[in-house]
Amino acid sequence: MKRRKIDLKTLPAKAGNEVEDRLGVATPLRSIINKVFPDHWSFLLGEIALFSFIVLLLTGTFLTLFFEPSLKEVTYDGSYTPLRGVHMSAAYASSLDLSFDVRGGLVMRQMHHWSALVFMAAIIVHMLRIFFTGAYRKPREVNWIIGSLLFWIGFLAGFTGYSLPDDALSGTGLRIASAIMLSIPLIGTWLTSSIFNGEFPGDIIISRFFIAHVLLIPALLVALISVHLALVFKQKHTQWPGPGRTNTNVVGERFFPRYTIKQAGFFMAVAGVIAVLAGALQINPIWLFGPYEAGVVSAASQPDWYVMFLDGSTRLMPAWQINIGIGNGYVIPPIFWPTVVLPGILTTLPLLYPFIEARLNKDNKIHNLLQRPRDVPQRTALGAMAVSFFLVLTLSGGNDVIADKFNISLNAMTWAGRIGLLIVPPIAYWVTYRICLGLQQHDREVLAHGVETGIIRRSPDGRFYEVHQPLGHDHEALPYAGWVVPKKMNRLGALGPALKGFFRPLERPAEAPVSPGHPPVEAAPERREIESKH
Amino acid sequence: MTVQTTGSNGNGHGSSVPEEIDYDDPRTTRFEKVKAAARQDGVDIVHYEPQFPERGSRLEKRMSRSVAFMFLLVGLFGTAFVVLYIVWPWRYEQGDVMMKYYTPLLGATLGLALLFLAFAILTWGKKLLPKEVSIQDRHDGGAPEGDRRAVGQTLAYMVEELGVKRRPLLGLAAAAGLAPVAVVVAAPLVGGLIKNPHADNQMFTTGWSPIKEPNGGTRLVRLTRDDGTPIRPADVSAGGQMTVFPGIPEGATNAHADSPTLLIHLRPDDAAVARANNVKGTGHDKFDRSDFMYGDYIAYSKICTHAGCPASLYEQQTNRLLCPCHQSQFLITDNAKPVFGPASRSLPQLPLDVDEEGYFVARSDYQATVGPDFWERP
Repeated sequence: MKRRKIDLKTLPAKAGNEVEDRLGVATPLRSIINKVFPDHWSFLLGEIALFSFIVLLLTGTFLTLFFEPSLKEVTYDGSYTPLRGVHMSAAYASSLDLSFDVRGGLVMRQMHHWSALVFMAAIIVHMLRIFFTGAYRKPREVNWIIGSLLFWIGFLAGFTGYSLPDDALSGTGLRIASAIMLSIPLIGTWLTSSIFNGEFPGDIIISRFFIAHVLLIPALLVALISVHLALVFKQKHTQWPGPGRTNTNVVGERFFPRYTIKQAGFFMAVAGVIAVLAGALQINPIWLFGPYEAGVVSAASQPDWYVMFLDGSTRLMPAWQINIGIGNGYVIPPIFWPTVVLPGILTTLPLLYPFIEARLNKDNKIHNLLQRPRDVPQRTALGAMAVSFFLVLTLSGGNDVIADKFNISLNAMTWAGRIGLLIVPPIAYWVTYRICLGLQQHDREVLAHGVETGIIRRSPDGRFYEVHQPLGHDHEALPYAGWVVPKKMNRLGALGPALKGFFRPLERPAEAPVSPGHPPVEAAPERREIESKH
Repeated sequence: MTVQTTGSNGNGHGSSVPEEIDYDDPRTTRFEKVKAAARQDGVDIVHYEPQFPERGSRLEKRMSRSVAFMFLLVGLFGTAFVVLYIVWPWRYEQGDVMMKYYTPLLGATLGLALLFLAFAILTWGKKLLPKEVSIQDRHDGGAPEGDRRAVGQTLAYMVEELGVKRRPLLGLAAAAGLAPVAVVVAAPLVGGLIKNPHADNQMFTTGWSPIKEPNGGTRLVRLTRDDGTPIRPADVSAGGQMTVFPGIPEGATNAHADSPTLLIHLRPDDAAVARANNVKGTGHDKFDRSDFMYGDYIAYSKICTHAGCPASLYEQQTNRLLCPCHQSQFLITDNAKPVFGPASRSLPQLPLDVDEEGYFVARSDYQATVGPDFWERP
């Protein structure tokens, strides 16, 4: 039998052809490889959320192998001696086992919790970027809506996960959640009773939360994240204005290789930071809290950071109870407003915001170029107002700790929060608005008069004036292009290039680097001493 | 060796038909083929500049050495992780110091391995690969008018063909037939989950309601500690307080999450004020509490009427109870009425008595509703 010779040189081409004959992937693959992505640090914030979500899925799957979602009462018999012999739920006992009796279980638990915090933080920071740069405008309203929903679904994922270990802190949180549901007019008791299968806490809530936390909510998150990314892919990323960048093109790097490599590296960086956090900083040490008992709580029990704003709103709410005197009488408890109505408003308003803004501006155009926050002072100021509202609420969520650490009266903290919630946002609006206008004005000044050089010149008649380096030719004011205006001589190439090498330069660049779009700046032929004449 | 191209004549990148390129022509470089392929996707590689003008320069060598070094560090920390995972003592022993470093060491080695991997990849991509600027056209605004019309007409035609307009009966019958199917899908979910909150009057009863004896009489429930032992008045000193649970099976567990109660032994002058206020009532509820106290002892539900946390921080000086969750404050000497914070309702008061053996009992269940408020609370 003759042995067939394998030609190694043509093998990849041949194999490629065989695959292509069957699957027909070459053309789509080419267009994916060639897809251009614009580059800016702020475009990577959403990726932090995506990557921490992947870490969440991986660590979470590990945790499910050991966690027992049951409220069945057991007596703890694990290695953590201080709790031995204590009656507790199987959920709490298995969480303790995960921390003490599963080798490496604690680092996984802590990675899971830390990545959840990073996930929510990244979502918020990413949303702020989208908001302040106007990236949600047509045609990207749908992705804005999906993003806002992702925050609330992430919130639910966080809350259900936080409740699972059934420790004293999470049980208290669950009880507050039941009180929130109870407060809903008409259906409150029915809703609560249906979710808890009877009176709080019942014996089934942990297994219901478990299936929601490990299947239903993640499935929803995966589905929405997929649509979110697919839309980014389809609609192509927005870009900052700049040389060569228009509303109808994308300027950047092709998907492969540099963009992909950067993403891979960034994923590793996010995972690495989460691992370091999980190792170095203890989070949710449930063994110190003890099992949940309805009559036990400790002071300074704060929820995870992204829930604190609701805790704060609950604390600040005055005790305004509405009694309805029909029949036996009905009640709308005060907790209903800050925990049901407020989140309802906070969900709906952002969803509608792109449409409201477009309508007010009578704007039906497609926008692929981002706006600098200073160029849209109303929106930026509105955003600052929202952020300050959120911050006042979040700080109020920890007002007992602040009162304790700084020796302030607790009631004074509550009142400060109540008043602050009303007056800080308008102040933030006004201040931000003025700052935006100031920055705008400075941009125009530099475009008209040039960059400050730091050189003071004295004229023969004794007057001093500062020398400006004009940006345009013949002292003509340049039009504003919606992008960074150079404000320092360094940005114009006045500073020499950085040389690599510790003792002596490894390589000397051939010439001063020239940023694209700017003509090279020639050094002045000679420096003239400024002489003073006495 | 900077490659500068202007694309297809510099205007309308890629919009013109890309020129054919002979992929077998040995005279064109591979990069030219890559550029031709990119143009087929409307992408112009307008700037492609190697990081190192000279191949194999000192700077390039140094850069690749540092990437290689970082990869070696990844291996080092990865190995350290595995070794520590296996050999480091990890089991919990009280007072053991070594075991405390197990999790931090795992996190640090794993994190450093991942971070060096990140730096290695990023340095490779950002410092060794050529810089490029590519321009791609967007094709915004969806399909052209013709395509839109085509799809619209096709859909409209299909709807017409179904003929629901001409045959209204079909539409009605389909709607009538499908509506119950939707209910069929929802029924098991809703029907299985729904639970009457007022079965057994559960919203208004706690573990303190007197126990029905088999012989028809009732027995009052004793106040007990969490281990089930009953309490005599002498067990709580003046100014002191104690969390008590109903003396029934599982009375101290979460099965009776509405029952934990705070028993307080007031100082005589405070007790007099509390008793007087008990007689006066709070003004906003209609319960007669005039005989709820036993001597100087008073008992209130520990479950906050705001959100259900245990209102358990008792401030002896001011006789206030503080709920640590949302800082509602209740004045013990005045029917535990809310004096600050978001709570709007007094803590329910438990009517106290002492049985013939000298132990505290609850004379009846709470009269006010225990726990967070809800719509149909009368």
